[in-house]
Amino acid sequence: MGPLVTQPLDPVNPPAQPSRFAYQARRHLPERIIQWILFLAAFSAVTVTIAIVVILVYESLGFFRHVSLWDFLTDTQWTPLFSDKHFGILPLVAGTLVTTFVALAVSVPLGTVIAIYLSEFASHSVREIVKPFLELLSGVPTIVYGYFALLFVTPLLQLFLPDLPGFNMLSAGLVMGIMIIPYVASVSEDAMRAVPMHIREGSYAMGATRFQTAIRVVTPAATSGLVAAYILGISRAVGETMVVAVAAGTQPNLTWNPLEGAATISAYIVQVSLGDLPHGSLEYQTIFAAGLVLLLMTLAFNVVGHLLRKRFREAY
Amino acid sequence: MSAADPTADTRLHGIRALIARHKRWDYIFSVIGLVAMMIGIVTLLALFIDLVLDGYGKLNYDFFTSFPSRRAAGAGILSAWVGTVLVMLVTALAGVPLGVAAAIYLEEYAPRNWMTDLIEINVTNLAGVPSIVYGLLALGLFVYQLDLGQSILAAGLTLALLILPVVIVATREAIRAVPGAIREAAYAVGATKWQTVAHHVLPYSTAGILTGVIIGMARAIGETAPIITIGALTFIAFLPPSPVTTEPPFISFDWLFAPFTVLPIQMFSWLSRPQAAFLENAAATGVVIIVMTLAMNAVAIVIRYRFRKRIKW
Repeated sequence: MGPLVTQPLDPVNPPAQPSRFAYQARRHLPERIIQWILFLAAFSAVTVTIAIVVILVYESLGFFRHVSLWDFLTDTQWTPLFSDKHFGILPLVAGTLVTTFVALAVSVPLGTVIAIYLSEFASHSVREIVKPFLELLSGVPTIVYGYFALLFVTPLLQLFLPDLPGFNMLSAGLVMGIMIIPYVASVSEDAMRAVPMHIREGSYAMGATRFQTAIRVVTPAATSGLVAAYILGISRAVGETMVVAVAAGTQPNLTWNPLEGAATISAYIVQVSLGDLPHGSLEYQTIFAAGLVLLLMTLAFNVVGHLLRKRFREAY
Repeated sequence: MSAADPTADTRLHGIRALIARHKRWDYIFSVIGLVAMMIGIVTLLALFIDLVLDGYGKLNYDFFTSFPSRRAAGAGILSAWVGTVLVMLVTALAGVPLGVAAAIYLEEYAPRNWMTDLIEINVTNLAGVPSIVYGLLALGLFVYQLDLGQSILAAGLTLALLILPVVIVATREAIRAVPGAIREAAYAVGATKWQTVAHHVLPYSTAGILTGVIIGMARAIGETAPIITIGALTFIAFLPPSPVTTEPPFISFDWLFAPFTVLPIQMFSWLSRPQAAFLENAAATGVVIIVMTLAMNAVAIVIRYRFRKRIKW
């Protein structure tokens, strides 16, 4: 630093010596502003959640001023668009549960088997080919699956079940099941691959075969992750809209028989939205009440899933 | 136990039979696994072939340049694909910066405290909220509270919220893949935090972020339910006002507030008609949608695989 001190200074106009403090402030103020902007962007996730809850609860409160909660939960008919109005959510809940159950009956076994196969049996090259294909399967828009269910799967099923109506929950559920296989398979596979190698090696060292290791060692160790995968599948199936709106019909129908047609909660919301309902009317508010029930159902499944995962979690 | 012992011989046979039986199970399960995968892949193929067979007769120039019509033969998807493009434009402009910024905050800036936990829990939960619920949010918030009406802007913002979790998760993964040494090197030469992020972390994670953005947009293109919920019309025989005008200031934002329809809604509307001719139109629209989304997904997959091979830290 010696030469700097001996430098001749202009006595009239001394060069401005920016203090270290001012320099720091100039450098750090934009940093602060940027950090705040980024924080606000991240906080938008919380804002959206709050907005969803506020909007649904607010509009549903308007609905429950006209319809008692007891009627809503116990009436077996849902006919808000007819002159003889009934507001029982049960038929829509039943439709949602039946299609979800059919979808799970397809996607849970197939998804789990695919996950076990990919994680424990398949060679590296098979995995590299199959996984992108499964990703493509999950990329197909749901309206296209709806077309497929209505105009391909239903006629196909009618060959075996001649009495099957054109709109039925079976075909919608089956197609929905195929649609959510990739989600179930991919999360399950991640869970199984997260099981440490030495546990498998221990099993092989005892003379177990691949199948025994996969079923008796790896699968139990990955149960917590498998539950997460199934819950994800349930969430998808419960909230799925276009497949059921197209293929399962829009007639509320309190039945547990998948061979019949019935509206689900989401199909009802779509049906009402297609009409031209005045803002603020009771019919307009019904879709928010139905949406709230849908959200609570997804939430309930997720809470149950969280508890199950805690119950089965293995620590290594 | 001597070799002459007959019981040892039978026991050896028993063990060998046991091993063979268990090995057979290995084989059987491999077959079951392959069959299960084939069910998925065959369905994908059947779906695609079914659509193409039903709709290829309609896929010509006129189909893309005609408005929907009461006569199935002359109906086209002009207003639908223009609507889809404009809605996607709004979605990308709103959703991508927001999602990337949120991801940068969570990965690079967020302190470990309850606020960060709260944000993370909300991002995870939003990914699980059914898409139709986003539609209800948009109907209550954008259409009526903010008075945006049943417009392209409202639809674009709805889909932007919908793909937010996808973009955030993909961007975080991409940012996390950049090794800490890169950041330390930047700090060591005196870079500030933002300089480190903007000049080093973001450029290195661009491919990963792009993958996530493309997959999110592909999902948004196919989304039907939330857009129906905000009240998009199913029969639109005109185009939104052009964004470029002949009079100064030459740019108009009127199109943001125009009524619109999008491809999946057009398909749904034709699908709910009983006449077979309209079903053909629906199939052709389906082919257009599926080709768009599959192409986007394929691009994303290719980017990811090439990126993974090329980068060696």
